[in-house]
Amino acid sequence: MLNDSSKKRMKFKEYILVIFKYIFLTLVAILILTPIVIIAFGALKTRGEFVTNPYIPPIPPNLGNIIRILKMPIFWYMIRNSLVIMVSTTVGVVIVASLAAFVFSRVRIRGKNILFNFFTLGLMFPVTIAILPIFLMVRQVGLTNNLIGVILVQTAFQLSISIVILRNFFMDIPSELQDAASIDGCNTFGFLWRILMPLARPSLAAVAALAVVTSWNDLVIPLVLIDKEKLWTLPLGTMQFQGQYGMDYSLISAFLLLSAIPAIIFYLFAERQLVSGLTAGAIKG
Amino acid sequence: MGPAVDFIGLQNFKRIFTDQVFMKAIGNALLIIVLSLGVQLPMAMALAIMIGQKIRGRAFYRTVFFMPYVLSEVITGIMWLILYNPEPKRGFINAVLEFIPGLKPQAWLGDTRLVLLAIFVVLTWKYIGFHMLLYITGLQNIPRDIEEAALIDGVNKRQMLTNITLPLLLGTIRTSVYLSVLGSLQIFALVWLMTKGGPVNASEVLSTYMYRYSFVRFELGYGSAVAIIMLIISLTFSIIYRYLTRKTEYVA
Repeated sequence: MLNDSSKKRMKFKEYILVIFKYIFLTLVAILILTPIVIIAFGALKTRGEFVTNPYIPPIPPNLGNIIRILKMPIFWYMIRNSLVIMVSTTVGVVIVASLAAFVFSRVRIRGKNILFNFFTLGLMFPVTIAILPIFLMVRQVGLTNNLIGVILVQTAFQLSISIVILRNFFMDIPSELQDAASIDGCNTFGFLWRILMPLARPSLAAVAALAVVTSWNDLVIPLVLIDKEKLWTLPLGTMQFQGQYGMDYSLISAFLLLSAIPAIIFYLFAERQLVSGLTAGAIKG
Repeated sequence: MGPAVDFIGLQNFKRIFTDQVFMKAIGNALLIIVLSLGVQLPMAMALAIMIGQKIRGRAFYRTVFFMPYVLSEVITGIMWLILYNPEPKRGFINAVLEFIPGLKPQAWLGDTRLVLLAIFVVLTWKYIGFHMLLYITGLQNIPRDIEEAALIDGVNKRQMLTNITLPLLLGTIRTSVYLSVLGSLQIFALVWLMTKGGPVNASEVLSTYMYRYSFVRFELGYGSAVAIIMLIISLTFSIIYRYLTRKTEYVA
């Protein structure tokens, strides 16, 4: 048995350990947040303030850069294009992936597993590697410089992971449920629509959150498929903007801040869905 | 694209393997993989173990650590381009270094010896939260009763980690390694934005090499050949890795 003083010593040791842990974690948090904060500071300064005092908090904040960007029509084009692509891709992914996952998990067809493995091949190589054949194919069907081209390619590349996530979820639902539904006169499609889909809502949300972030942040696909300025997406336009205003750091910082804000807001609201999509996709895939 | 005319056999592949720059890109990819597996993943695991336990504020830390992952590579790349500016008056990193006695400002992205390290720091900043999340999930999936049984058997904290937690985390480690290697092979936007593979190809990676030949020089045939080699590397790795690790899966 431990006597009182050694018990106390243990407690004291643990206490110190916890404090160290908090100090360490807080330091890491500061390291991670500092770059974002520094950029946000820069965004709220005039070009002159940026040159003289680049790193102190901007008091009072200068909104000149922000307003200047908000007044640029091209910025709103980028937002619109990114939104159109993101919404269409997400809707497309959810519809196609849930139908495919339904077939792979619930419908008996010959060669199902081979087909499914073929679908998961997409997990093994990233879009960057396939970008050249994609460009040639999309050009051949005349969908370069067209948002539809970007949407189709993004949807295609998001399907593998989404199907894997949804199939796993559908497989976990007991087949008695389907039997019961069919006794009650529910056909296969009705079972999918009325029973599986409502049950799968958390998984659908995870798949959708994943598609939203992937589409919104994607650079490579629009980079090779789009060169008309009015069709630039936010990442593509941000890159061009940086090229154009390269040395005006406060203006670029403002642009970065404005394009980061939607992503951060989305993340704060949909963190749980996003995290469950990412971990489900990674671990089951 | 028409039918293949001017068929040149394996000429392109011969050219690839005799190109010093391509070999440099392979070397850089390997270096990034080694650094990711040797530095980034252990750090991610340590963070996960720290905030996986019941501590106050874990949701806050998790949210912060994962935040860079949701920023696009474009935002990340330009942000760090600014932070790495060689001029301490413009680049925050060098301002900090100037402040610490004994350290000097560096041209992080302009120095052939430093550039890859600088890029690796950004990769870690952006992706460590993702791997941490994987490990947190892995830790949560370890059944409580195994740990409780071990505690009753009187194992100490270190034994618990090396004999219970890590072995049970093997499946997650496997996934994390797999994704890290595949991710390292396809890094593109960050490097393209920060250095375009330079200076003097010091930060060239496979995808920047492929992109330059395909879309800047428009040598589509050569670019395709590079893409095929990238595909072969990725698929070979995937298949071999899955084959080698298929038995270690822990079934909860």
